[in-house]
Amino acid sequence: MNDGVNGVALAVFIFFFVVVTVMGFLAARWRAAENANNLDEWGLGGRSFGTWITWFLLGGDLYTAYTFVAVPAAIYAAGASGFFAVPYTILVYPLIFTFLPRLWSVSHKHGYVTTSDFVRGRFGSKGLSLAVAITGILATMPYIALQLVGIQAVLDVMGVGGGENTNWFIKDLPLLIAFGVLAAYTYSSGLRAPALIAFVKDTLIYIVIAVAIIYIPIKLGGFDDIFSAASDKFTKAGAGAIAPGAEGQWAYGTLALGSALALFMYPHSITATLSSRSREVIRRNTTILPLYSLMLGLLALLGFMAIAAGVKVDNGQLAIPQLFEDMFPDWFTGIAFAAIGIGALVPAAIMSIAAANLFTRNIYKDFLRPNASAEEETKVSKLVSLLVKVGALIFVLGMDKTVAINFQLLGGIWILQTFPALVGGLFTRWFHRWALLAGWAVGMVYGTWKAYDTPSGAQRHFGNTADIPGIGEIGYIGFTAIVLNVLVTVVLTVVLRALKAPDGIDETTAADYTADAGDPGVQVDLPPATAGSPGGH
Amino acid sequence: MSDTSTAPGRRPVVTPPRVLAALCLIAPFVGMLWVGSYAKVEPTFIGIPFFYWYQMLWVPVSAALTSVAYVLVRREQRARKGGDGA
Repeated sequence: MNDGVNGVALAVFIFFFVVVTVMGFLAARWRAAENANNLDEWGLGGRSFGTWITWFLLGGDLYTAYTFVAVPAAIYAAGASGFFAVPYTILVYPLIFTFLPRLWSVSHKHGYVTTSDFVRGRFGSKGLSLAVAITGILATMPYIALQLVGIQAVLDVMGVGGGENTNWFIKDLPLLIAFGVLAAYTYSSGLRAPALIAFVKDTLIYIVIAVAIIYIPIKLGGFDDIFSAASDKFTKAGAGAIAPGAEGQWAYGTLALGSALALFMYPHSITATLSSRSREVIRRNTTILPLYSLMLGLLALLGFMAIAAGVKVDNGQLAIPQLFEDMFPDWFTGIAFAAIGIGALVPAAIMSIAAANLFTRNIYKDFLRPNASAEEETKVSKLVSLLVKVGALIFVLGMDKTVAINFQLLGGIWILQTFPALVGGLFTRWFHRWALLAGWAVGMVYGTWKAYDTPSGAQRHFGNTADIPGIGEIGYIGFTAIVLNVLVTVVLTVVLRALKAPDGIDETTAADYTADAGDPGVQVDLPPATAGSPGGH
Repeated sequence: MSDTSTAPGRRPVVTPPRVLAALCLIAPFVGMLWVGSYAKVEPTFIGIPFFYWYQMLWVPVSAALTSVAYVLVRREQRARKGGDGA
């Protein structure tokens, strides 16, 4: 597949890598507060980010290196069905617009750092809060692992990943270095590091996409030729298509909707949201974030270009890096690879911070050390963010890559099961805490079992679409699981209410959900009052 | 802020601007989940099949709709605050 090390590309890649590393360490001083030793500061950047920084931060963690590698890879392999990522990211923003400002307000009022904090406060149930925390951590780990897979793909194509025959240590050394750097600056700078680096990442990615989307089609003879080549390939292979047939449409729609619902339940999207300065910032962002969806759509088309360019790889993940190397001059290949590599570091950092916040707040503090001080919380969070990354590294090095991808798929199904507790809780207190817990359990079990039971391509397990019981269409398993989950929750709530089962204590009030910075009648842009009081209760 | 600052004579929960904002937010769901309406190759645009350019067209359209919803909701909020007698 590759012949030796691509020296020029590697030099450019290393240059950018060094630049962002320096930025990562300097980030600790950027917009710093007097007291860096509380979790608001390290884990939410002091909750001080305005519209543009939030935009970069959210974009930075929702559109990851893995997205940039995997979406075109799916198109390369199967055609139209891989394009569901575009409607999925279109649907995310109306959802964020509707739900997250309420979460921002109530979290800001009560000093919540994680979704579990909110669930515990709203339903007065530590069990439910624990379920949400564990789901979040479980779903995030393989996601981080996939970021490392993205870096690995780039390193492989550059020829520094080593062949199959080299010693494992030499082979994985570049990845270990990248990983060490990431771990070090996340530890020292917290959320400020990825926020700052996201500027570089997005600039690079925009440049690469703009060039790729103009330069490659011209070289390949226009979109007409590209799509006819792809069409030929799919017809010959007897799999995949340019437009989905009638039987694939339910799957397409439910995948888009289910993934959209899941995306903003992930701890890292919540972290990025809560770090913004006001609820207005979040709403304003939903009007400019779609710029990324456009970018994603264009990127997806690269999958077809890889087919037309005659890229042949066994591992679909390598299709796009290989396309870049075949098409671009070496120095620009270096820039493109740096974009993907840095695109992996930013989300990996945010995700590990989010998972660490969950552990510290909702497992360590709630169950192990209730009297932990703010300083201790921050210390534990920093350590856990390291552990989470080491776990992800072991995942990538120790197991087959398809395992990481399978778990990421499962993670999406899992995280979706926290939807009734979180979003339901944002609007109503009607659901009973025990019913929510039961619904969650049913959704988790059904989703895991069904995914395990469904073949995926050549594999025997872990497909993500299966028959939806009752309507005879193929659909996203996560979607079926969430419907089941909601049904169980509603029925049990009715039963438990009839039995007068004891309700938890709700520490929030209706007004908390609409409060804004500087509300009422004060300036809009005042910094939120929480900065000095983490977990103010 | 105290928990119950409900001023007398509050505006109703459902108001025309809110309904309009809701419609703006729901429209992308109707457009995108009705897959049958766009699962076809023709007409192509500069060689790109309908399926792809149509969905990408929805990106700016939905962004515009969300912006409209944003303006409507903000105006509504200001009106509510004004109604409190500030």
